[in-house]
Amino acid sequence: MNRTSRLTPYLYVAPLVLLMAFVFGYPLVRIFEFSFKMVRGIDGPWIGLRNYQLVLGQDLFWESVLHNLQLLLAIPVMVVVSLFVAILLYERVAGWKLYRIIVFVPFVLAIPIIAVVMKRMFQFSGPVNEVLRWLSLDFMALDWIGSSEVALWTVMILIIWRESALGIILFLARMMSLDESVIEAAKLEGANWWQRARYIILPQMRGVIEFFVVVSTITMLSAVFAYVYVIGGGRGGPGTATVVVEFYIFNALIRTSLPGIASAASVMLFLVSVLLIFPLFRARRRAALDEATR
Amino acid sequence: MNKVLSSLPKHAALLFASFLALVPTIFMISTALKTEQEYAVDKLSFPRMPVLENFRAVLVDSPFLWWMLNSLILVAGAVVISTIVACLAAYAIARMEFRGRDTLLAISTSLMAVPPIVMIVPLFVLYSRIGLISTYQGAILIYAGLITPFSVYLLTTFFRTVPNELFESARMDGANDFVILLKIVLPLSAPALVTLLVVNSLYVWNDLLIAIIFLQDDAKRTLMAGISVFQGRYNNQVPLTMAGMVIASAPMLILYISFQKYFIRGLMAGAVK
Repeated sequence: MNRTSRLTPYLYVAPLVLLMAFVFGYPLVRIFEFSFKMVRGIDGPWIGLRNYQLVLGQDLFWESVLHNLQLLLAIPVMVVVSLFVAILLYERVAGWKLYRIIVFVPFVLAIPIIAVVMKRMFQFSGPVNEVLRWLSLDFMALDWIGSSEVALWTVMILIIWRESALGIILFLARMMSLDESVIEAAKLEGANWWQRARYIILPQMRGVIEFFVVVSTITMLSAVFAYVYVIGGGRGGPGTATVVVEFYIFNALIRTSLPGIASAASVMLFLVSVLLIFPLFRARRRAALDEATR
Repeated sequence: MNKVLSSLPKHAALLFASFLALVPTIFMISTALKTEQEYAVDKLSFPRMPVLENFRAVLVDSPFLWWMLNSLILVAGAVVISTIVACLAAYAIARMEFRGRDTLLAISTSLMAVPPIVMIVPLFVLYSRIGLISTYQGAILIYAGLITPFSVYLLTTFFRTVPNELFESARMDGANDFVILLKIVLPLSAPALVTLLVVNSLYVWNDLLIAIIFLQDDAKRTLMAGISVFQGRYNNQVPLTMAGMVIASAPMLILYISFQKYFIRGLMAGAVK
């Protein structure tokens, strides 16, 4: 009886352990192994660091790294936009629930769908440029999709548009857990909108903002595949203008069938994501701490 | 009166934000109802004579409904497996003492931060060898794995809030752990389970990466993989493409509008992971 009860917890977690071992454990061991091998088909000879030398010596790889880094520029914009809208919603103006439903829509729509729609809107002869010309802003009517200088910025606009909705959701959830009596008191004392936002709400948002920044950093470095796949026409185009590291790995694996090269790049991306796990955990703990000490 | 006046700038700002959030949806629907000729001369205004021809053409010429069915199968399979696995594990982690418990939770939680692309290469090589490419079960297994760390995290947090007395009194009545989980914990966890359903279904339904790599066969294509092929094929026919996008986004938009309460709660909880 005693023995079975000591075994019980392990029976309950066994399916989890098996599933995690298969979907995460096995691949994480194998990418390290593959990255030192010349894999043809399913396996191949050890070749030391050759895959890494090849990847690190390739301009396309560095270009894709730079593209990921450039996308980080979207984060400050997302923070400001999300905070602004979240505070407005938090003030509960008439109809705030309807506004809330609407501003969450970008996050409900799938990335590939929205990327297809935006791609058509931003075509050179598309509606966005038509509006810009109508507003006499002809100099801003760029070739948003077709020019290699502009395409990545267009991707960024799309990312800001969608991921800001996540920021709003996150910030609003945090605000709703704030102590409202302080804000009410400030209102009675005659604090205006800006003062209430700046001196009462914002200081209590530190933890959750930090959290959003870390989560968004992870997104920009490792989860923008669906955006660039559609906007870049499945090739990271125009030219190589929208190739990101994920796409580089995808290309090496599927298009050129070089699992060794793809694994070397995967290992490097994995190591970066491991580095980001610590700030993520710290930010999550701190976000939770705010809540505990409020 | 004063109050109304003072909230005017706020309404203006929120209306502008709402406009930006809805513009692509409005453009998509409005354009889908235009003919190619009308779109060529007028891209901005609403259709003068709405036509349904584009929708008919999409539904007849492209297997949208088939793609949706494929996506639905993957969502159902992955969500069911993940929920069962996560419920069992979270119950043990939240309510039982055993060696390695905290390590297990820490590892499982860390996995939420590992980018899915990192796992792709070995799984693709393995799947090619054992013939799991373009199979439902192969893709379902990967999806279930990817969404489970969050499920475990959320359920563990939730199960810990169930009052201890409930467990003790059930145990006094002679109920074993499985009965307690099934009859007491799960019914109390309905809100958390609905949240999981929303977050996980959205993840699988919206995913493109796994779908285009692991389901290459035309017959197994998901909705998201399907539309990225579809849009390339009809590159110059914008109204037709938009009709496709309206059909593709309709299920989620309808669900979102009908169950906003659950979606908003789910999105909020999902965001705080």
